[in-house]
Amino acid sequence: MKGIAGTLESNDCLITVETSDKLEIIINSPVAYLYEDEIKKTILEVLKNEKQEKLKIVMEDKGALDYTIRARLIVAIRRMK
Amino acid sequence: MKNSLGRKVPNGYPLFEASNAFEKKKRVLISEVKTKNKDKLVNSYAEVFEKLEIKDGMTLSFHHHLRNGDQVLNACMEEVKRRDLKNLTIAASAIFPNNEILVELIKNKNVTNIYTNYLNGPVAEAISHGELEGMLIMQTHGGRARAIEAGELKIDVAFIATPAATKSGGGSGVDGKNPCGVLGYPIPDMLYAKKKVVVTDSLVDKLTITDIKHEYIDYVLKVDSIGDSKGIVSGTTQVTFDPIGLKIAKDATHLLYELGVIKDGFSMQTGAGGTSLAVASFVREKMIKEKIKGKMASGGITSYFVSMLEEGLIEEIRDVQCFDLEAIRSYKENEKHYLMSASKYANPYDNPVVNDLSFMILGATEIDLDFNVNVTTSSNGVIMGGSGGHSDAAYGAEIALVVAKTMNARIPIIKKAVTTITTPGSDIDCLVTERGIAINPKRKDLLEKLKNSKLKIVSIEELMEETYKFTREPKPLELKSKVVGLVEYRDGTIIDSLYQV
Repeated sequence: MKGIAGTLESNDCLITVETSDKLEIIINSPVAYLYEDEIKKTILEVLKNEKQEKLKIVMEDKGALDYTIRARLIVAIRRMK
Repeated sequence: MKNSLGRKVPNGYPLFEASNAFEKKKRVLISEVKTKNKDKLVNSYAEVFEKLEIKDGMTLSFHHHLRNGDQVLNACMEEVKRRDLKNLTIAASAIFPNNEILVELIKNKNVTNIYTNYLNGPVAEAISHGELEGMLIMQTHGGRARAIEAGELKIDVAFIATPAATKSGGGSGVDGKNPCGVLGYPIPDMLYAKKKVVVTDSLVDKLTITDIKHEYIDYVLKVDSIGDSKGIVSGTTQVTFDPIGLKIAKDATHLLYELGVIKDGFSMQTGAGGTSLAVASFVREKMIKEKIKGKMASGGITSYFVSMLEEGLIEEIRDVQCFDLEAIRSYKENEKHYLMSASKYANPYDNPVVNDLSFMILGATEIDLDFNVNVTTSSNGVIMGGSGGHSDAAYGAEIALVVAKTMNARIPIIKKAVTTITTPGSDIDCLVTERGIAINPKRKDLLEKLKNSKLKIVSIEELMEETYKFTREPKPLELKSKVVGLVEYRDGTIIDSLYQV
């Protein structure tokens, strides 16, 4: 199963989630050198709330703020089919 | 060693003390250098290199009026490469992405030291990655003029790209097939370099205006092209359409009006960025509405100041560099549109025009809680700009006002400490953002005037905290310890160091 949400516009992000046998998070971000830990923390929070443990998550970031990341990830998960 | 702002400076370099420390020293002037040469016309770079005996270790200078369309620096570097000259110093008033050939010459040790006021693109990245063997010195527009006239920056040969020239070496920037407008930046090079070459693609019998004076010029090099006009000037420079930029510009204009600096006889400078131009256009509206007549607009000139001159809203333009075609036309047609040399613009010892400014609109990549501004490096430590006239105008202007968004693609503009100090916070008076206006607490006089203001005046700390609610606090940047360059303040002292990334 796979779900996608977001865009590649500045200040947004494009998130793809796929079912997997383990948890895997890939973050490609121009602000990773400043915010990779913060981005990962936000993703893990959403996964906990959405009760998801085994997913492959690929995030193409364009400098999204936390609430954007949260919204895109939740939608991507709920779109999975 | 640490300077007065707590920034580390390698041993042997003079330490920045304060922005007014230059007052304690006297102006140093070397003699102007005129030529006796009569037979000036040459037809190839190779011939010039032969005649002037250009050799290893020399310093060659260039100006940046052709901006990203320049082909003169590039052609000279091709000649350096053919001859495999080593250990040259390049003193270019700015270096743009199209000067990429320098990367190869830096790696091959043809070029080992660079002086410039602004640097971006592949050359900047190569230097940030530690490729330059010697040192990069980032000067200001005024500081470069000062260093040249004082004989601190000794130029062996100045290559002056000139859109039109006579056989005797007079030159103009408004005639010819690739006009760029006034030639303000190469004037110190023209006066004080040991040898001077005018490089042109248009030999003419008569000039409309003479910016470059023949008596200083040793050779006139006729080439097919000095540059690509598309990269030289933008056809039009435009006010921003971004609603956040427009809000910032509107608030900045209100602020200046409340501070009482938009009044009869005032003088101003803005950059050519979209938000700065928006300020210029709102100031113009305010002047018409309140029937205010200004004195002068200065700096890099755009169509906005030209229309204000032609509408009679300001008396004169002091122009160091034309940013668009309208500015070039105006310099040709309007008597009150004057050239100013880099020195007259910003040299601390030349009673510069920046000292007459009522206000200056500045940009910032980063600004810190002490109001220090970085326009030299991006938040990852890579060089992507430089002072240009930033610190000169910030010192000179009565109000130095920074316009900036609080964040840009998650990166906050306000930091506890900027990555690189370009301009000291002591010279920055106001920061206008979309979330509020911060006034430097040192300017108690301004805070007093704004006591009853309806504008949202907050502390810079509050602005930072509010921004961090959205972006979170960024992780501190880790840079290597190798110094790849120095930021030289306008008085020749070192205000900060640039580190390898």
